Amino acid sequence: MNRRLPEERLQDFKEVATGLPEQTAVLEALRCMGCPRPLCVDGCPVSIDIPGFINAIADEDFRTAARIIKQDNMLPAICGRVCPQEAQCQGTCILGKKDKPVRIGALERFVADWERENGVEPPQTAPATGKRVAVVGSGPAGITAASECLRAGHQVTIFESLHEAGGVLTYGIPAFRMPKDIVRFEIEQVLALGAELHLNHIVGRSVPVDELLAYDAVFIGTGAGLPYFMSIEGENFSGVYSANEFLTRVNLMHADRFPEFDTPVIRGSRVAVIGGGNVAMDSARVARRLGAQVYLIYRRREEDLPARQEEVENAIQEGVEFVCCANPTRILGGPEVQGIECTRMDMCECDESGRPVPRPCTGEGSTFTLDVDVVIEAIGQGPNPLLAGLIPGLKRGRRGNIEVDEDGRTSIPHVFAGGDIATGAATVIWAMGSAKKAAAAINQMLADTDSE
Amino acid sequence: MYRIIKRNQIADNIYEFWINAPHVTKTGRAGQFVVIRIDEHGERIPLTISATKGEDVRIVFMAVGKTTQQLAALEEGESIRDIAGPLGTPSEVKKWGRCAVIGGGVGIACLPILARELKAAGNEVTGIIGARNEGLLLLEDELREACDELVICTDDGSKGHHGYPADILKEMVADKALDAVWIIGPAIMMKITSFATLDTDVRTFVSLNPIMVDGTGMCGSCRVTIGGETKFACVDGPEFDAHQVDWDELMNRQRTYTGQEKESLEHYHEHKCECGEHQ
Ligand SMILES: Cc1cc2nc3c(=O)[nH]c(=O)nc-3n(C[C@H](O)[C@H](O)[C@H](O)COP(=O)(O)OP(=O)(O)OC[C@H]3O[C@@H](n4cnc5c(N)ncnc54)[C@H](O)[C@@H]3O)c2cc1C
Ligand SMILES: Cc1cc2nc3c(=O)[nH]c(=O)nc-3n(C[C@H](O)[C@H](O)[C@H](O)COP(=O)(O)OP(=O)(O)OC[C@H]3O[C@@H](n4cnc5c(N)ncnc54)[C@H](O)[C@@H]3O)c2cc1C
Ligand code: SF4
Ligand code: SF4
Ligand code: FES
Repeated sequence: MNRRLPEERLQDFKEVATGLPEQTAVLEALRCMGCPRPLCVDGCPVSIDIPGFINAIADEDFRTAARIIKQDNMLPAICGRVCPQEAQCQGTCILGKKDKPVRIGALERFVADWERENGVEPPQTAPATGKRVAVVGSGPAGITAASECLRAGHQVTIFESLHEAGGVLTYGIPAFRMPKDIVRFEIEQVLALGAELHLNHIVGRSVPVDELLAYDAVFIGTGAGLPYFMSIEGENFSGVYSANEFLTRVNLMHADRFPEFDTPVIRGSRVAVIGGGNVAMDSARVARRLGAQVYLIYRRREEDLPARQEEVENAIQEGVEFVCCANPTRILGGPEVQGIECTRMDMCECDESGRPVPRPCTGEGSTFTLDVDVVIEAIGQGPNPLLAGLIPGLKRGRRGNIEVDEDGRTSIPHVFAGGDIATGAATVIWAMGSAKKAAAAINQMLADTDSE
Repeated sequence: MYRIIKRNQIADNIYEFWINAPHVTKTGRAGQFVVIRIDEHGERIPLTISATKGEDVRIVFMAVGKTTQQLAALEEGESIRDIAGPLGTPSEVKKWGRCAVIGGGVGIACLPILARELKAAGNEVTGIIGARNEGLLLLEDELREACDELVICTDDGSKGHHGYPADILKEMVADKALDAVWIIGPAIMMKITSFATLDTDVRTFVSLNPIMVDGTGMCGSCRVTIGGETKFACVDGPEFDAHQVDWDELMNRQRTYTGQEKESLEHYHEHKCECGEHQ
């Protein structure tokens, strides 16, 4: 993917990765061998007909390419940007064995962007069935479930507790990776199929549970919105954020443009981000754009970072300083943050998964402090606890996630769930894939009750 | 968009708004709150549900900063962009026996709905309200009706008891005439007033007001320490056992954005003059 220059992109929140020009896209498409047993499709959680759409690009028939993608994926401009393709479709592409895999994600994005500029063709929908489906949450899971149920002709009502739809796409992933007008546009395509969207509605509170269960079918896609904290000393000082809070202030509330927008954020002159995943990279890169010097503190080695390689590279280019093999033990200061104390970690034997286990060093020089005025904890999120706990008889796992079978069925017959609330924090496309299966099961169930 | 049905100034710098929000009134109960956002540029701020009638919810607020001043400048018939709720866990309303509900300053606004619910659950309810001076007292008539008894206090003696609600509470505790008390107001007032029931059997609730963003448990901005444990006030609260609260931490966290709040207000007043949009 081509990227804008770091000096330039640190000045704004505009997209870092630039799309493929038409000619490049066509040339890239010509690299695909159109395998009769395409391995790439096995790597895609929603099994897009990848050789099919790429072949259409090669023929310069972008309309057909869009049509093929949208049979399986209603949000291609989003997936083309944020899918961890190296671990999914591109990870299994046969060309990747010897050479570079086909840049499937970039091609998907190209088609989606082309379609957005050249007019979108609405998908076919079945005649109205008169059945009512409630969808809780408007993240990728909820939006996908809604789209599938709408296409089957059902009446769909989406409830969202925030003032904007999109879930993590809107409040979590920064605009320089996922432009917000594109999120809005793709969601509007789904709404245009006839869904009703109720913002500011917290299901379980604004919509009582019995009212929810009165729908013919219910899909729960409430996500993994509960931020974890490390439970270290000084954690509640002013200036300690969860990644969720920091990113929400900037992405959803536009604190980067304070005071033009009312919500403030502490910009910090020196910021410590704790964690090594995509959420940590996003937080660090946002903090850089707010003008701070940024340390990213991670327990293991740089090569163990769980974030996507591309995002790690971006963070390095943008001047994020990595402090690896270090574990924060205490936040210093009070009431404001003045520093963070860390212990150096040693890597010892590997665990079952083959990853080395970090162990705190002891003795002279094993602890050090960094002078910082903001700390952002990006150590993971748990299932959103609010609604799931309020529904009597809904079976949940140990960590509070909703238990589902392969088709997204919960312990209550007409209630289904998918996305992060069922799987734990995962990815956009996994959330969409699980929602699609659940929606198929919902559509089947509603068709069966009809023929009875 | 949610329409302002009624607007009143009810005390010095304190306003009462009725807003049409059927999704809030359907289940909204004492102890819960809403989060509002005035417009596209607005901050999400929490305000307690003070009463509900049909599809309208009442909020009562003091115009202290940018958002509340901008809100106060809106007229009947105008609309606000967002109101989400009801949020938070309802008050623990059951048959306690004798209850007191204590409000300090704008915290008085939270009492009517609570007093009514406690009465309906068979409790005898004493209301105690306090403010710096007579001009800052609110909802007196309504509370007189909602409670069995109402005691008024002012710091300067301009009306009622010359002193603090804590004085009255101490007497009630000494008379052993109390089973549960709610204290709602500024953090410092809740802290000091709740000393009166330390080492007694009186269940003492306070409604904490940390800085919030989403109000749905997603960000952790509202975290407070209760009995040594971190809780999210917007979902686990906002009401907690007064004697378990880490008050100093709460008050420190409330001051996180003092500088920016001032800047925001200045920006608002400058901008207001330039565009003349809001008078
Ligand atoms: C900062 C960050 C960066 C990420 N980067 C990537 C990436 O690059 N690539 C990738 O594939 N994945 C990424 N992920 C993960 C991905 O975003 C999630 O896996 C995905 O969004 C899950 O979708 P979902 O629909 O299950 O939940 P969410 O997106 O969390 O949406 C849930 C929605 O439900 C709403 N809700 C919750 N409770 C209620 C209720 N009671 N009533 C009404 N509404 C409710 C919430 O407000 C929210 O809008 C990232 C996550 C984060 C936090
Ligand atoms: C659960 C809860 C219920 C509340 N109920 C009421 C009520 O019924 N009436 C009322 O007048 N006030 C209430 N408050 C306080 C109210 O939210 C703040 O007064 C309001 O946010 C101030 O915004 P501002 O922009 O006008 O002032 P600012 O100048 O921004 O701030 C003034 C003060 O308000 C606090 N504050 C600022 N932003 C927030 C925020 N996003 N969340 C919480 N506090 C903030 C700050 O600590 C500051 O000291 C409640 C707070 C909470 C948490
Ligand atoms: S949806 Fe994601 S995994 Fe599937 S083809 Fe597109 S980029 Fe690859
Ligand atoms: S595996 Fe690679 S080469 Fe084969 S069809 Fe898929 S993208 Fe084309
Ligand atoms: S306000 Fe965000 S978790 Fe409570």
